Amino acid sequence: MTVTSPSLAVRGLAYAYPDGTQALFGVDLTIARGERVALLGPNGAGKTTLVMHLNGILTAGHGTVEVAGLPVRADTLREIRRRVGLVFQDPDDQLFMPTVREDVAFGPANLGIRGDELDRRVRDALGRVGMLGALDRPPHHLSFGQRRRVAVATVLAMEPEILVLDEPSSNLDPASRRELADILSGLDVTVLMVTHDLPYALELCERSLILSGGVIAADGPTRELLADADLLAAHRLELPYGFAVPAHPS
Amino acid sequence: MHVPDGFFDVPVSVGAGVLATGALSVCLRGARRELDDRTAPMAGLVAAFIFAVQMLNFPVAAGTSGHLLGGALAAILVGPYTAVLCVAVVLLVQAFFFADGGLTALGVNITLMAVVTTIVGWAVFRLVTRWGPRRRGVIVGASFAAALISVPAAALCFTALFWLGGTAPIEVSSVALAMGGVHLLIGLGEGLITALTVSSVLAVRPDLVYGARGLAAPLVLRTAVGEVTVAAQEPAPARNRGRGPRPILVGGGLVALLLAGVVSFYASSAPDGLNKVAQDKGFNANEKAQPLENGPLAGYSVKGVSDERLSGGLAGVAGVGLTVLAGGGVFYVVRRRRRDDRAVA
Amino acid sequence: MSAGHHHQLYRAGDSPVHRLPPQCKLLAVAAFAVAVVATPRDRLWAFAVYAVLLAAVAAAARVPAGFVLRRMVIEVPFVLFAVVIPLVGTGERVAVLGVPLSVPGLWAAWNILAKATLGVAASILLAATTEPRTLLLGAERLRLPRLLVQIATFMLRYMDVILDQMRRMRIARESRGFVARDLRQAPVLAKSAGALFIRAYERGERVHLAMLSRGYAGEMPIIRDLSASRRDWGLAVLLPVLAAATAVLSWSLA
Repeated sequence: MTVTSPSLAVRGLAYAYPDGTQALFGVDLTIARGERVALLGPNGAGKTTLVMHLNGILTAGHGTVEVAGLPVRADTLREIRRRVGLVFQDPDDQLFMPTVREDVAFGPANLGIRGDELDRRVRDALGRVGMLGALDRPPHHLSFGQRRRVAVATVLAMEPEILVLDEPSSNLDPASRRELADILSGLDVTVLMVTHDLPYALELCERSLILSGGVIAADGPTRELLADADLLAAHRLELPYGFAVPAHPS
Repeated sequence: MHVPDGFFDVPVSVGAGVLATGALSVCLRGARRELDDRTAPMAGLVAAFIFAVQMLNFPVAAGTSGHLLGGALAAILVGPYTAVLCVAVVLLVQAFFFADGGLTALGVNITLMAVVTTIVGWAVFRLVTRWGPRRRGVIVGASFAAALISVPAAALCFTALFWLGGTAPIEVSSVALAMGGVHLLIGLGEGLITALTVSSVLAVRPDLVYGARGLAAPLVLRTAVGEVTVAAQEPAPARNRGRGPRPILVGGGLVALLLAGVVSFYASSAPDGLNKVAQDKGFNANEKAQPLENGPLAGYSVKGVSDERLSGGLAGVAGVGLTVLAGGGVFYVVRRRRRDDRAVA
Repeated sequence: MSAGHHHQLYRAGDSPVHRLPPQCKLLAVAAFAVAVVATPRDRLWAFAVYAVLLAAVAAAARVPAGFVLRRMVIEVPFVLFAVVIPLVGTGERVAVLGVPLSVPGLWAAWNILAKATLGVAASILLAATTEPRTLLLGAERLRLPRLLVQIATFMLRYMDVILDQMRRMRIARESRGFVARDLRQAPVLAKSAGALFIRAYERGERVHLAMLSRGYAGEMPIIRDLSASRRDWGLAVLLPVLAAATAVLSWSLA
């Protein structure tokens, strides 16, 4: 497709689990190239279900998902999974290989990359998250924050079109949280961040979407959404105690 | 029960190695059919689980403690093929990374602890669940029986191997009684923990229990004409149902029969008392040998069980276990024949 | 067996033995164990030669004797068994300190002790000089079924994660006053085991999803390929060749 295709375009996406529970009821969203967008929503809003559709782990019951113009279909899965980098909430799920090096290499190696090019990708990805020193260490010897950064690197090594992070700030201590924020804001890729950590969304993302009840309930600048107390309350979202967001900073 | 190098002679070690290799290659194919491309991660995680669970010590009796072998548990939770692979991988890792179990004895160890416990456990489980209705209680009871019998069955296979190529000059009958008796006791603990574990998984995620497939509640469809109830679809790939466990069942029956045959032959000339075989179940700690007056077969009782009556009782329990094994095997063969006859008619 | 004895045996280092490709070491240790097991038990000198060979390997690998000895506790259950054999063994008897012992039983006990000890020491040396991950790569090089090696790889990766979960559950149990005294406490242990299984299984499913998201299509890519040079093999076969020569000698020198 053309260069102007958005990184991600979801149209009328609806999905019901095999047991009949319907989780998505027609999701529409577009994310332009280079944007950093937060997907906010209470527990059970369908956030994880939506994320699973973005790289074809779940396939749409109705509607379409396009990544940089390429529709998610059985025959495009391979390319889609290269383009969409999913970072799971628990880095132990993501880092399944015995060493950091092999783990970061797993994705590109599945794309058929070998030898020096593979090594370059691994080093490059680890360098971008500041974890080059952990190259030959087993993941379980790293701290939680380090593991999450390596998890981001495993995905960056695929050179994705869009990075999708599931609760990136969960379980991080304040310093690790800061380090990860610095890394994420420095990345030159489209980011979709699924979270209910509202200050983190405000810090990193210009724009936010609220997913509630299986549809996009709000879409706008993060600052404006978070300043609207009624909107937040209606969707079971809350700012931390003592935290207020003025709609128009002076 | 990890057998070290030098315990069995070379022919038996090699023979068991060939047997284990054959069993593993069958199971590799079987597990692929069941789990598809999920085999490596799923079996790996279940193997790690088995490894961890083997560290759960449970008190058995008279101040001794045992730990789970896990073959029957794995078979009921993830199916016999995957279970054999998982336990075998645990044994390989223990041998190579922890020097636990001899390298030349790997074949013996895999045959006994991965193949026999799993096959016998699964065979017993299927026998029991075929009798009763597929309800939760029956599945838990079947799990108990399966694990209970799987442990002494492995001990008796150990005895059979010992008879074929053991390097120690001990009467096979006393090895059989000691191993069988002690492991029947351990089997009780194994059975209890296995049954309770299966029960607790059934309570939370019944869909994860391989042995309880088909237990799912019927679904309700809301249609124009009202609510219609339909049976839940089998989540497992249906194409290999019926074909899958059959060889395992036949194998389990054969093993049970063989054991019953070999061991009851020797048991008929059984000496008095029960020789305690020092083994790894925690029965061995500070065990003192007590040479008794009645000749070469000095008596060894289960730790803390110096009472002859109790020792005799344990031997009796071993006998009952054997009868169950033999009876189960015969029952299965007969049933099978009858069904085949019906199928022909 | 050996609950609580499961330490990782690997001891990082940079010796000629550490540097050998894993497939060479695996084959060498396996062949050594076969030679030991095949040696007649009454050739005491042969066992001494094997012990010297292992000591030489340990010295070359710069693995201290204490390290190996401490880890040989894994053998204890069968040592106890070996001690019992002369007491229950059949055949000719000899009185030692007033206790009638079976002569063939004594030989059998020696046989098991000597061979098991040599086997365990060789395995410890292998595990001490080879990283677990490399050992698995070596096994794959030796044409062990790849699926089996992959299962072991995943097991190795998640062993500590699951043991950690188990430890946390134990702490949770004990901090609420639970003590496992006898079988009546089994239901509590079993609930933990059940919960552990569910967590392990669900993690397996999530790992599978994570693999799919990074392009997994049923085959694990070969990322590190270790090849062994002729020189590596030449060095590695030293141990089994010398052991095999000893075994052959022990057979012929009747």
